[in-house]
Amino acid sequence: MYLQAKRLLKLALSPVLMLLSLFSAGAWAETGARWQTNMTPGITEVGHKIYDLHMWVFYICVVTGIVVFGVMFYSVFAYRKERHQEPATFHENTRVEIAWTIVPFLILLFMAVPATKTLIQIYDTDDADLDILITGYQWKWKYEYINPNGDNISFFSNLLTDGAEIANTEDKGSNYLLEVDEPVVIPVNKKVRFLVTANDVLHAWWVPALAVKRDAIPGFINEAWTKATETGVFRGQCAELCGRNHGFMPIVVNVVEEPEYEAWLGEKQAAAAEIKELMAKDFSLEELVERGKSVYTSSCAACHGANGEGGVGKAIAGSPIATGAMKDHMDRVVHGVPGTAMPAFGSQLNEVDLAAVITYQRNAFGNNMGDMLQPVDIYKFKKGQ
Amino acid sequence: MGAHHGPAKGLTRWLFTTNHKDIGTMYLWFSFAMFLLGGSFAMIIRAELFQPGLQIVQPEFFNQMTTMHGLVMVFGAIMPAFVGLANWMIPLMIGAPDMALPRMNNWSFWILPPTFLLLASTLFMDGGGPNFGWTFYAPLSTTYAPPSVTFFIFAVHAMGISSIMGSINIIATVVNMRAPGMTYMKMPMFVWTWLITAFLLVAVMPVLAGAVTMMLMDIHFGTSFFSAAGGGDPVLFQHVFWFFGHPEVYIIILPAFGVVSEVIPTFSRKPLFGYDSMVYATSSIAFLSFIVWAHHMYTVGMPIAGELFFMYATMLIAVPTAAKVFNWITTMFKGSITLETPMLFAIAKVFLFTVGGFSGLMLAIAPADFQYHDSYFVVAHFHYTMVAGAIFALSSAVYYWIPKWTGKMYNETMGKTHFWISFIGFNLTFFPQHFVGLAGMPRRIPDYNLMFADFNMMSSIGAFIYGSSQLLFLFNIVRTITHGKPVSDPKVWEGGTTLEWTVPTPAPYHTFTTPPELK
Repeated sequence: MYLQAKRLLKLALSPVLMLLSLFSAGAWAETGARWQTNMTPGITEVGHKIYDLHMWVFYICVVTGIVVFGVMFYSVFAYRKERHQEPATFHENTRVEIAWTIVPFLILLFMAVPATKTLIQIYDTDDADLDILITGYQWKWKYEYINPNGDNISFFSNLLTDGAEIANTEDKGSNYLLEVDEPVVIPVNKKVRFLVTANDVLHAWWVPALAVKRDAIPGFINEAWTKATETGVFRGQCAELCGRNHGFMPIVVNVVEEPEYEAWLGEKQAAAAEIKELMAKDFSLEELVERGKSVYTSSCAACHGANGEGGVGKAIAGSPIATGAMKDHMDRVVHGVPGTAMPAFGSQLNEVDLAAVITYQRNAFGNNMGDMLQPVDIYKFKKGQ
Repeated sequence: MGAHHGPAKGLTRWLFTTNHKDIGTMYLWFSFAMFLLGGSFAMIIRAELFQPGLQIVQPEFFNQMTTMHGLVMVFGAIMPAFVGLANWMIPLMIGAPDMALPRMNNWSFWILPPTFLLLASTLFMDGGGPNFGWTFYAPLSTTYAPPSVTFFIFAVHAMGISSIMGSINIIATVVNMRAPGMTYMKMPMFVWTWLITAFLLVAVMPVLAGAVTMMLMDIHFGTSFFSAAGGGDPVLFQHVFWFFGHPEVYIIILPAFGVVSEVIPTFSRKPLFGYDSMVYATSSIAFLSFIVWAHHMYTVGMPIAGELFFMYATMLIAVPTAAKVFNWITTMFKGSITLETPMLFAIAKVFLFTVGGFSGLMLAIAPADFQYHDSYFVVAHFHYTMVAGAIFALSSAVYYWIPKWTGKMYNETMGKTHFWISFIGFNLTFFPQHFVGLAGMPRRIPDYNLMFADFNMMSSIGAFIYGSSQLLFLFNIVRTITHGKPVSDPKVWEGGTTLEWTVPTPAPYHTFTTPPELK
């Protein structure tokens, strides 16, 4: 009955629809089109259902609006004082008033039924083929692939857009603010369950094309799921105000064929194994500084400045920590400063990167300590606590 | 002439006054000042969003602007403006000589200026002002907040005390001081809507006070109400906040309904259609407002039963709201309509508020809200209800009653110009925000992808137009007071039927010292 009513309504509304499609022609097909005026149906069955529901309620609103505003503007036009000197005196009509209470109620039922069905489907997180733990950090996302048969693999996904583009000194690319260094990769046609949480404040993981938006709440795990039916790159953003860089923690989802996914997973596992090996390696100062520089750029520069000059965070150049005792420096980086914007990087970076970035900070920006750390020192430091 | 027959002279008149008209006037001027302050914050926001990239402000300051814009507009501009109208008009409309509790009335007002001075001063404090959004979700507003959050909490407590005292006063006045023969079902609709609003305020302002007190405890005294690490729950904050916050939006809109329910019959020269059903509809909306709060939290991870309950309850609000809109339209139907400035604003309010109601109905649909939530679609929705719904009604009210207040007529051409510029500017600002929201732009971001650039530029241009039209409004008001054409007809408007149109124009300092006789 709902479908039939919908078809009839679509027919009746076709002139309005044509007008609307002028606005949004082509915009629904691809993401990122300028002048996009409508929600994307996305690449999932749920997404299409949400889109249909959205349009259905929208059409009902348009029809109601045409009728209601039609009567209103007709009254304003036809019963102006110059045309209609003697106002009527009626001021109630119980039957009419009861009718226009019942009719909206009945219309609401036509919305509530499909809405309930879709909601039940959204909540069905059972029987997933793959679980990904998503953790919101100020201001990046961490993805951890739950592997029941071995080690999980995990990585952080940071904003890739260059600061110069944000500062308007360079031209902005088409994926401005919607690009990351490491996208999350999922296989097509598989039910993927997202376990969403946060490390510090609230965040919300939103990818319109997947029709998934879930709040990330520190201390709690929320569930959501998706089953992409198309491959491609899909972009989203953090949707819950999470502090200074709320607008700068995008999400990029790479939906690929399963073999490609397996290959990607294999690479990630190999890289994790390599880090394990590197744990035992003795690095030279040059190696550490080189590796530390790239870690610094992705993890520290946003607050401490590209040249250690400081910003939101204190200056690294000439800082008493970076030029002081090694133990204090390790403590600051590994544990952060609670209650401030300085996070505990011990849980965000691996031992190799921690050793590298600390060594880099002590030997860059005019800091010339000449000392260095090995991954095993970090490991011992963490265990010693 | 005895001292008690006229106002005192000088500053002490305003400082010590217990006269409902003086206090109403102060509330209205104060709220207008806050409207301009909150508006200038909005101008900064729109200037930054005029183009992609960071141009004018840094993200830290941008977040302070969105937060302060919301707080100042809701608590400093709209609410005190309606309290000002209530002070001026409720005694005049029910035939009472003054408010029931005049000294408390004085205090309710005088709490506000220092409170907002304190709130505004946080912008100059170390670490900046509140930057966590006007909804101040924990833990961003607790563990991660700037030190000024304590002053923010104190300010919220103070404005809560002011609101509670103001609403107790309104309840006491309406219940006890109606002229003989004015039964509840004969009260003007503006008085009815304010009576219901006052009950809402008394019910929920303490809940807000509770929320900020728990924040204070978490920040300074080591409790963990909102921190999972200590056994608390960040989501608890949202439940408590929205238990206040949802009735709060009806606190803002119900008196606006009251205003248009006065203005539309006057300029249609026809009694309000369906008075009884208006009263019942308003009461139903007020009741429903208590059981829909979690529709602001559809994505928070509630169980499906909760999600469904809040969806159905929210959809139900459409029924009494629709009845009100139908009543206003039927009031105009077969009337004898003239389109003076108050009527233009009232019609636009009904029109645009209904548009906001439609998007509200869309937002009520929980599955679809997974796409709308925290996007610019929400921003568009609530500005259609708050700006067009409440501010347009306030503009309407000022033009409607200013001749009664001052004994001078405002400049009609300037008033209509103000209306049309506002109307165009408003729609240009907020209509495109529906589009960017649906296309995926989150709210509260200082910078955005190029795909959102065109509509954001339109929106900013609209905002500058709407913002500057308010200066014309200010100019028109000041000019009315200084140079307006004198009016002496008690009725002012041909279609005015309520009691305020029976006292002389301008309304003398004391009115209804003996109660009027109701026919």
